[in-house]
Amino acid sequence: MNEFLTNMAGVIAAATPVAVAVIGETFSERSGVINLSANGLIVLAAMTGFAAAYTTGVVWLGLLAGFATGAAAGLLISFSSISLKQSQVAIGFILSLLFRDLAYFLGTPFMVLPGPTVSRWAIPLLKDIPILGPLLFDQNVLVYFSYILIGVSYYWIFHTRQGLILRGVGEQPISAYSRGIDVNRQRYLYTALGAGLIGLAGPMYSLSIKAGWNGSMTGLDGIGWIVLSITIFGGWNPLRGSFGAYLFVFLQWLGLALQSYLTNVPSQVLQVAPFPLMILTLLFVNIGDTEWVTRMLATLPRGVRGGFYKLFRFLRKPPPASLGVPFERE
Amino acid sequence: MTKKRGLINFIFRISGVLAALLFTALVLLIAKANPWEAFSNIFLGAVSTPIKIADSLVAWVPLILATCGLVITFTTGLWNIGIEGQISLGAIMTTWALRLLQDSGLPPLVIILAGFLAGIAGGIIWALLAGVLKFYGGVSEIFAGLGLNFIATALTLWLIFGPWKRSGVASMSGTQPFDISIWLPTLTGYRLSIWSLLLAVISVLIVYFILKHTVVGLRLKAVGKNSKAAIQMGISPSKYMLLSFVLCGLFAGLTGAVQVMGVYHRLIPSISSGYGFLGLLVAMLVDYQIVWAVPVALLFAALNIGGIQLPIMMKIDSTLSGVMQSSLVLFFMLMDGVRKKLLKKEEGQSNE
Repeated sequence: MNEFLTNMAGVIAAATPVAVAVIGETFSERSGVINLSANGLIVLAAMTGFAAAYTTGVVWLGLLAGFATGAAAGLLISFSSISLKQSQVAIGFILSLLFRDLAYFLGTPFMVLPGPTVSRWAIPLLKDIPILGPLLFDQNVLVYFSYILIGVSYYWIFHTRQGLILRGVGEQPISAYSRGIDVNRQRYLYTALGAGLIGLAGPMYSLSIKAGWNGSMTGLDGIGWIVLSITIFGGWNPLRGSFGAYLFVFLQWLGLALQSYLTNVPSQVLQVAPFPLMILTLLFVNIGDTEWVTRMLATLPRGVRGGFYKLFRFLRKPPPASLGVPFERE
Repeated sequence: MTKKRGLINFIFRISGVLAALLFTALVLLIAKANPWEAFSNIFLGAVSTPIKIADSLVAWVPLILATCGLVITFTTGLWNIGIEGQISLGAIMTTWALRLLQDSGLPPLVIILAGFLAGIAGGIIWALLAGVLKFYGGVSEIFAGLGLNFIATALTLWLIFGPWKRSGVASMSGTQPFDISIWLPTLTGYRLSIWSLLLAVISVLIVYFILKHTVVGLRLKAVGKNSKAAIQMGISPSKYMLLSFVLCGLFAGLTGAVQVMGVYHRLIPSISSGYGFLGLLVAMLVDYQIVWAVPVALLFAALNIGGIQLPIMMKIDSTLSGVMQSSLVLFFMLMDGVRKKLLKKEEGQSNE
């Protein structure tokens, strides 16, 4: 039991950067901008964050450098897609390759060096709560930060005036504009903030969970794509999105734990198990919306149909209506 | 007026290239390396000897084949990021066919042809999976493709370390090499095969012909440009999008087959070697015009081959080639954005 708790505490710690990056992507996409560069960005920010912390010896500067790397990338994406009206998908894809190669090229001097790490700090009193204490409150500060972030971002998006503006900009930019809101300014802001959070996930790896920088062997290539899928799974909601992040890392852990029982399955297969899972999840989330399913459902008796509709409505949250569409004042 | 506009376009393109070179030079300075030395090493590494020129062509073949397929999916407005996996599946199926037939006593030509057909089938199957997930499952082709890429990599690794492992120890170096009789014949002393070169040239011509001179090409374009109008013309967008996936899978499968039979002569873990993603960059850079893809793919292939010299000559990482390639596309698109913005402003003023 104790061993299981320790493992689960490890799952929560390992899911933290994923959850933070998902929230970052959620902010950006809520405002109407897809940040497809997340995969390369996490790798680059892991490198810059580690480099900054290693050179200065101060962990916090590393985290700051990761955030700054992300925010700068966010501004670049906003500039090219909002001001220059280039395709967000194209720019994001190019940047995801560029950032990754840049990280590997510039990171060479920092390869396999022992660097500073974020230390663990159990919260007094809270840590003594049975089960929940060792699970949630015997972690490092980054994990506590993520709890706050999840709560605050949920409240911000759904229960404040600012959040209403954010959602309006992503859904109906024209009406937001007619109410005197500077649509593009909002998009610039949230894309930079969101990309900053995605960037923060980088040093969360290189200064904590996968401490150090090992170039292409660091094993961060691929996480950004998972983040983008979890954002869809999460229905652009920080609570559901972070639940997706925890679920994903838990399943990853389960795969590794099963490895000792399934000795004839090579480890390479279990390592990629999350990806078929990702496709299946997106399939479940989206299939209710396709033409043939809609047609098939229409032939079912009313009671059965209603159940399916409810299930699909629970699974599928529609994306922000203006996601990826540049705003034009007419 | 049009002449002036042509000149302006040209100036913006050149400035995009210059900006990318400046950016790469800056990156090199940050890494405390001499930009001039790096550029000349890359250049010499790609063209200084006939063997290196031939090597650049060896890299050009898979890159242009992948681009051939991608131009078709881009024509219907699809982002076929799954092309890497489609190349791998082509390579896997080719390896499978060769393993099955190598001791059958059939003439080598028949075995090689079977290898090509199997590769094409593999590419098409993987591309169709992405297409079916999109049209019957509602999963964006970008995410379906990415997931399928990772699965293809896992499948490759599993085969190399599992059922197809070398006698003795399985290793990252790949499966047991095939007998030389079923390699694509190469020029003596070079790695370049005239067969694969011809295949690439013919593929470019076919794609050019399909898109420019056939009804199918016209319909593919109609679907990509305006799917609502296409529906009114009686064209089913999803049918033609699936067709573009199949065609792209065909070329991706060919790419995999060429890499197995013409270059590595076995299945290796990174059999697609990133040519699929690089092909996406090439296709974007040439604005999806296959004719322009020919020289641009050659330039990118040369950058890849030249980059190999960097760790040897200057002790810097060869990923610099990747930085150059992607920054080239990035600045090209940024400059294109600036150009459109300025032209719009100019038009606005002349209208007033």
